[in-house]
Amino acid sequence: MKKFGVKSIVATGIGAALFFVLGRFVAIPSGVPNTNIALQYGVLAFIAAVFGPIAGLLAGLIGHFFIDFSYGWGVWWSWVISSAFFGCVVGFATSKIDFESGEFGASGIIKFNVAQIIAHLVAWAGLAPVLDILIYGEPADKVFVQGLVSAGVNIITTAVLGTLLCIAYTAAIPKKGSLKEEE
Amino acid sequence: MTNLFNYIDRPSPIHRLTGATKFVCLMLWSFAAMSTYDTRMLIGLVIGSMILFKIGRIHIKDVSFMLGFTVVFLVINSVMIYIFSPHHGTEIYGTCTYLWGTSGRFAPTAEQLFYHLNYLLKYLATIPIVLLFVCTTNPSEFAASLNKVGIKYSVAYSVALALRYIPDIQKQYHEISQAGQARGIEMTKKASMVKRIKAASGILIPLILSSMDRIEIISNAMELRGFGKEKKRTWYMGRPFKAPDILAMIGCGLLILLSVFLTFINGGRYYNPFI
Repeated sequence: MKKFGVKSIVATGIGAALFFVLGRFVAIPSGVPNTNIALQYGVLAFIAAVFGPIAGLLAGLIGHFFIDFSYGWGVWWSWVISSAFFGCVVGFATSKIDFESGEFGASGIIKFNVAQIIAHLVAWAGLAPVLDILIYGEPADKVFVQGLVSAGVNIITTAVLGTLLCIAYTAAIPKKGSLKEEE
Repeated sequence: MTNLFNYIDRPSPIHRLTGATKFVCLMLWSFAAMSTYDTRMLIGLVIGSMILFKIGRIHIKDVSFMLGFTVVFLVINSVMIYIFSPHHGTEIYGTCTYLWGTSGRFAPTAEQLFYHLNYLLKYLATIPIVLLFVCTTNPSEFAASLNKVGIKYSVAYSVALALRYIPDIQKQYHEISQAGQARGIEMTKKASMVKRIKAASGILIPLILSSMDRIEIISNAMELRGFGKEKKRTWYMGRPFKAPDILAMIGCGLLILLSVFLTFINGGRYYNPFI
């Protein structure tokens, strides 16, 4: 597992800041009122994959907390916890992918996407609605529909943006054995 | 620092409390309001939060922008609840009283309206407190205070870093976006949705890759200064607890006890006037 050192602390902070800026200011309206296409999960998945589960968990927690906070509608804990959970699960599930070696081929793309799809489904169609019911006593039909819609949207944006980011990031790292001794 | 979280520097007893106290009180208060559906307690909390709002010397016009979001959010959620479960109230309270002689799936029942009233009260009890916290807590002090309430300082430092770099990242996003627009990439409402998403991802890749460089630079600087060597650290913005801080925390702690107590008395989270 990736260690939670100084670099991870900084990555958590910057990751949370990116999550916040994308979630708060870079909103692309989806057509349904009050629901924006959430680009921030692509970034969160990427941060979690590169820096590990603890960074993913905290970046999701802090970033989402600040978004709720800055809107002033009260902190919607069930969804904040689900964001943190998503970051954590993606971090664990992708811990086998070694980004530093500069290799992120087809197997990396598949691993990353399987991880994010499972994490999104569990977080938004499972954890968030259940917490909504337990904490806020909301009706089940409403929260499960909300959860499934956001799971679907988030899976698509993460698949596009997250995968692109992983490819772009690994492409910028020099590959192992890319230097050759002069003959 | 830009005034992102709407901090208003205006002397008041609430401003004088430390960030740690306000954070603990916010948590306790919202937990108390979250856990109970007892109408009497919720009304009490609503009145209490309004009074605190006055003591904090925050005016409605300071927060009208944020209140706008809240109202939209509240209306949409209430309508969704009604559309998906028009009989949620009946399930909770166990009785079914149709109003005005109507019947059917979407007919209003007294129980459903009472549930909606409680739902609204829950919001009214928490929102002023959240706004009060946002307006009276200096963000830097907030990060320092997290450490004080028992959160590890590495985590508190992540929060501080996030607060520090949000304006920078925002500015950088804006710059990249303008550079793209100067080259003729349409980002406004005129472009189709797919095009806008594509254009937005075109900004995000340079933004995030440059953030990765930023992570490298900051973590090197911190490591050079020996960050993380000691078990404890001091905070520039930290302040010691005083008597009002302790009183405020005890007061909010009592609210939780009251909420638990009422749950026992009512035999559940809901106060039921229908039986």
